[in-house]
Amino acid sequence: MTAWMEAALAAGWRPGEPDPALRESYLYDRTVIAEIQRAAREGIYDIRGFGAKRKLPHFDDLLFLGASMSRYPLEGYRERCDTTVTLGARFAKRPLELKIPVTIAGMSFGALSGPAKEALGRGASEVGTCTTTGDGGMTPEERGHSTQLVYQLLPSRYGMNPDDLRKADAIEVVVGQGAKPGGGGMLLGHKISDRVAKMRDLPKGIDQRSACRHPDWTGPDDLEIKIGELREITDWQKPIFVKVGAARPYYDVQLAVKAGADVVVVDGMQGGTAATQDVFIEHVGIPTLAAVRQAVDALQELDMHRTVQLVVSGGIRTGADVAKALALGADAVSIGVAAMIALGDNAPEHEQGYRKLGSAAGFYDDWQAGRDPAGISTQEPELAALFDPIAGGHRLANYLRVLTLECQTLARANGKSHVHNLDADDLVALTIEAAAMARVPLAGTDWIPGPGAF
Amino acid sequence: MSVAERETVDLATTPLRELNQRLHDLAGDAHGPRRWRITNPNGTHAVACGLDAELEVEIDGHVGYYCAGMNKTAIVRVHGNAGPGVAENMMSGRVEIDGDASQYAGATAHGGLLVVHGNTSSRCGISMKGVDICVRGDIGHLSAFMAQTGRLLVCGDAGEALGDSMYEARIYVRGEVAGLGADCIEKEMRPKHLADVAELIEQAGFDGVRPEEFRRYGSARQLYTFKIDNAGAY
Repeated sequence: MTAWMEAALAAGWRPGEPDPALRESYLYDRTVIAEIQRAAREGIYDIRGFGAKRKLPHFDDLLFLGASMSRYPLEGYRERCDTTVTLGARFAKRPLELKIPVTIAGMSFGALSGPAKEALGRGASEVGTCTTTGDGGMTPEERGHSTQLVYQLLPSRYGMNPDDLRKADAIEVVVGQGAKPGGGGMLLGHKISDRVAKMRDLPKGIDQRSACRHPDWTGPDDLEIKIGELREITDWQKPIFVKVGAARPYYDVQLAVKAGADVVVVDGMQGGTAATQDVFIEHVGIPTLAAVRQAVDALQELDMHRTVQLVVSGGIRTGADVAKALALGADAVSIGVAAMIALGDNAPEHEQGYRKLGSAAGFYDDWQAGRDPAGISTQEPELAALFDPIAGGHRLANYLRVLTLECQTLARANGKSHVHNLDADDLVALTIEAAAMARVPLAGTDWIPGPGAF
Repeated sequence: MSVAERETVDLATTPLRELNQRLHDLAGDAHGPRRWRITNPNGTHAVACGLDAELEVEIDGHVGYYCAGMNKTAIVRVHGNAGPGVAENMMSGRVEIDGDASQYAGATAHGGLLVVHGNTSSRCGISMKGVDICVRGDIGHLSAFMAQTGRLLVCGDAGEALGDSMYEARIYVRGEVAGLGADCIEKEMRPKHLADVAELIEQAGFDGVRPEEFRRYGSARQLYTFKIDNAGAY
């Protein structure tokens, strides 16, 4: 043992950690160096799943004030705090009635296995919320196990057909997603099984590119006509959602409302994806926190807040995230990555499997590769069979219950008898960035940074 | 059934919603009227969309966007021009336009037959998924973009970037092609393709064109899996 090691051990250093005398560059840290080396070796950009990994201003940067002299709290466990949400009452004859303010975001059959889609339906139905199809059509498993199912209309129109449109409980016109506003999709060839190929009318085993623009409309004026057609086809029964990636949410939300949406879904840049270029995930779009405020402003300005519902997604992990999104003005939130984790993605029992793929539990993001040891993001029958849709569905239901209970706990602490009564006035920010984005005061001050406030 | 027994709906006096609801209600009703005439469409959007019954619908005049959208089994004929997205995502049946069709004619359609006796604008047959599209005149640029399966027959000329990024669809063009899109190439007309064309001409009821006058275009299949050597094509 060297003198340095003796001294370092005494100072808390442990073998395996780099020598503190080796100074890592902030600019060229090990992740950056590894990526340059990978790019030089492979000659193709990195495609991966998951969402943005960079540190961003988020709901963690906000705090609830709680009740005090002037606001009294509700008794936990005894005084009611409702969580019901109605989505789509603006024009639809049959709006969605959800028991909790958390929905499951669109994830395709193709990206996910059939049993994983089934589990999403089981879990959501158990607690009275809805699931969403994804780019690849509606499967009978999913329809059968989801009491309320939102059917996505995407640019690719893979598997789109009027029978499923009529079977759906709501329709979501997808303009973009937070992980890649302005990007299309790519399902790599090794995930194209016979069944996936058939549902998408393409040969087996080839890369399936999903277009980034819709094939039969361009811009908000066309969208209004398109929504009109969807309403006519479904006899004005189904709520119509418009989902946008958080790029220019203030304008996008206003345009979606003017185009006739019942519900607008705004997906922040932390939103997940099954397969997108890393450069796209990390460098396009704005954080969910910033998007919520702009979206709510847009609705309030049109006097449409609560008439057109706002669903926010992108990095919702806890009941605190749910409560803060609602306090800023969302009607509900949507989860994708967190739902997959609840099903069993990145679970420690698959550690060996992840190691074989050069990853580890807690880091696995190669959802595009189709070799998921948890059997979720795969089309390999042997891998998919490792996943139990009933147990996975229960885990998701449990997780959704926890999100709801946590959200109710915070709502009661602020004296609210419905989670929708949470208000931006109940919030303060821990950082100047979060204060500016969410437009709530920096904690301990009445300062909201922004134009005119300096 | 004689013409006199045809159910006539005047869109100048009847709301579109009422018309489409009556047509939709026939999906589960074997006894209602099967032959319909729609007058005064005046460019209305979404006329006769979402049909799901063996109906014959004639439309006297021009229609707006998405006429006969998502059609199943019905026969819809427009005695006029059609706006963008006619017969979009059609599953089966037949949609026929006497005049011209605008952009995205037959977009993403899975089946059935779309016949346009005039010309179409850009993106005819975009992302088509099994439909047959027959155009007596010319088609605009970027037609059959990402076309997956099905057949596109064009008796006139095709615009720039025909068949860009297409998959397994077959394209037959009788006139000039202004330019082929990425990964689209001309292919040999073999006997089965001549038979294909003859069948399409017959189905569409086009006069004055012969199968041997057409040339075939399809995918070179070079972009089916990502190869870095093809980066320049993206």
